[in-house]
Amino acid sequence: MDLAYTEEEEEFRARLREWLASVLPGLPAKPSPDDWPARRAYDTHWQRTLYDAGYAGLHWPPDAGGRGATPTQHLIFLEETERAGAPYVGANFVGLLHAGPTIAAEGTAAQRARWLPPVLRGDEIWCQGFSEPDAGSDLAALRTRAVRDGDDYVVSGSKIWTSHAEVADWCELLVRTDPAAPKHRGISWLAMPMDAPGVTVRPLRTLAGSTEFAEMFLDEVRVPLSHRVGAENDGWRVTMVTLSFERGTAFVGEVVACRRTLDELAAAARANGRWDDPVLRRRLGGLNAEFRALWRLTQWNVSEAQRSGGVPGTGGSVFKLRYSRARQELYGAAAEVLGADGLDLDREWVLDRLSSLSYTIAAGTSEIQRNIVAERILGLPKGR
Amino acid sequence: MDFQLSEDQRALRSGVRELLAGRFGRDRMRAVLDRGEGAGRELWGELGAAGFFALRLPEDEGGVGLGLPEAVLLFEEAGRVLLPGPLVGTHLAAGAVKGAAEGRAAVAVAYDDGFREGVGRDGGGGRVADLADADALLVLGRGEDVRVLTGEPLRALVRAARPVRSLDPLTPLHRVASPAGRGDPLPADAVRLRGEAAVLTAAEQLGSAARTLEMAVQHAREREQFGAPIGSFQAVKHLCAQMLTRVETARVAVYAAAVTADAVEIAGAKLLADEAAVGNARDCLQVHGGMGFTWEADVHLHLKRAWVRAARSLTAAEAEEILAGDLGRAEPPGRAPGARV
Repeated sequence: MDLAYTEEEEEFRARLREWLASVLPGLPAKPSPDDWPARRAYDTHWQRTLYDAGYAGLHWPPDAGGRGATPTQHLIFLEETERAGAPYVGANFVGLLHAGPTIAAEGTAAQRARWLPPVLRGDEIWCQGFSEPDAGSDLAALRTRAVRDGDDYVVSGSKIWTSHAEVADWCELLVRTDPAAPKHRGISWLAMPMDAPGVTVRPLRTLAGSTEFAEMFLDEVRVPLSHRVGAENDGWRVTMVTLSFERGTAFVGEVVACRRTLDELAAAARANGRWDDPVLRRRLGGLNAEFRALWRLTQWNVSEAQRSGGVPGTGGSVFKLRYSRARQELYGAAAEVLGADGLDLDREWVLDRLSSLSYTIAAGTSEIQRNIVAERILGLPKGR
Repeated sequence: MDFQLSEDQRALRSGVRELLAGRFGRDRMRAVLDRGEGAGRELWGELGAAGFFALRLPEDEGGVGLGLPEAVLLFEEAGRVLLPGPLVGTHLAAGAVKGAAEGRAAVAVAYDDGFREGVGRDGGGGRVADLADADALLVLGRGEDVRVLTGEPLRALVRAARPVRSLDPLTPLHRVASPAGRGDPLPADAVRLRGEAAVLTAAEQLGSAARTLEMAVQHAREREQFGAPIGSFQAVKHLCAQMLTRVETARVAVYAAAVTADAVEIAGAKLLADEAAVGNARDCLQVHGGMGFTWEADVHLHLKRAWVRAARSLTAAEAEEILAGDLGRAEPPGRAPGARV
């Protein structure tokens, strides 16, 4: 058990810090959250900046155009970029963390050559067409159908909760190619161009008032057979390969940010007198334990992945369960610190409190995560 | 950075688990419980021979020369099997109290954090565990003062103490007047010793939490109701899943605290390990249903011991105040290069 970083890791951190300090002052101002074209421009500009400096696709394998960094280097990268206040991965999220790694792992040489470089350069944005109105956490219950017609699939159905759909160039789309097969078996993974005829995107307004995601209607959209990644009807396995990779480091930046928010809450409570309330003070102390432990859990999971050659272990679901609850409690404590000011939407932390409500729902609800933990890690029997 | 158990640490852990299974299996634990006696000098000597107490002493002083992370692995195993006796005190006193390193002496601990006056029938004093059979008493005060009572000062303290009917049948308790200022001062870093006591206690809690999770999962797989194992019911599954998140969160906190020996990190570890041990024992009891409420099921012993440990060596209130005091002042995790936060 060692928490000290190696000399190489320290050098990597030092170089990264130096570079961040040199480029961040020149960045354009952050766009408004609802201005999607401006968000796209901002996020892709940052991706291009990373690319030019050799930091794009840090954790991707070198034969996919990545840097082949170790999980620890990737951890340091996420930690330092957050600490320095660098832009979040933003609209590049699906391309860099999901569709890209999927194509790198399962795609043909031609598919890798077509789709990977534009993701790394920030030229193309991807969105994720997984969830459907009648298939949320029960992802495999999806019904969007793809029927072969010559060299194309003809796709019809609808998707929902699709982040970045308004500005995406491509969609990683899960479709049902064999309706007669058991539900996990008849699914295929397609790369769908978002400008294809028959694709309609309609933004959804969240309870926080923003348009974070959209619903998408697919009406006889033609997708070439050559856009299928992996074998026909093997899309579920293809998806699971990459979903697990997301878990180890997906929340690194957020944990660092939460710890900083906690420090800010304590400072605010000291300033407005709420610090004298021992119940609130102890609550903030308990959250300190929580976020410190979540940081250690991240280091533990990353170290495990590093030992196993990059394959993440089972810690992801445990992390997500604990983190999503802790994040909601953090902003609950923020409301305590703010008092009546917590009803003012323009005050700091209030929007974050609203958005934290999604954490126990998105990417598999906490209830589904508990089923996964109970069945896959603890080996309890499947429910009827 | 490689925050995982090393090969040596894994070997040490499995070696201790094997040793404890042989020397303090469930039958022996239940025998100790039913006789109402301590586990005996024999067991203490066996633990001493296995290096339980001398683990961190330098090799040229007859020790094993290992560190706090290894000690934590030992105490985690002790917590799994409900090993009774003054483990923490004897371990901390190895090298300072004659015979402690070899397990020939048992050393109880008084956490002297504000004993109330008197030990009369109406209350007062402080609670000290495993006092009657102790050869020495290690007194960890709030300040810099660390003392050891042996011989006549110890006997005088024991004579004046009142035995308490202990909540945990495997942890005999005495009500004791404040031992402050008595015995021999120990040239030791009081802050370091208190921190080590807390992290070792947290490790026992971690072991207990992991064990009650195993007990709950095993029962949920085997016990059938409504024609199916109860572990197939989502309500039971979710209890077990929550238990695992408590164990894994406490585990990384305790291990990290052992590596860094940082006071704030130790407070977090104790807080989360207490929560895991108490919460998991309660959920384990719930999963066992009516069986869980019987004397025959071991789960009540885990719960009672967890309550005893939670009440000593950094309570939740103390830990949370330490953690709160750290906020807005310390560097957030990972901020400084190579920071050992």
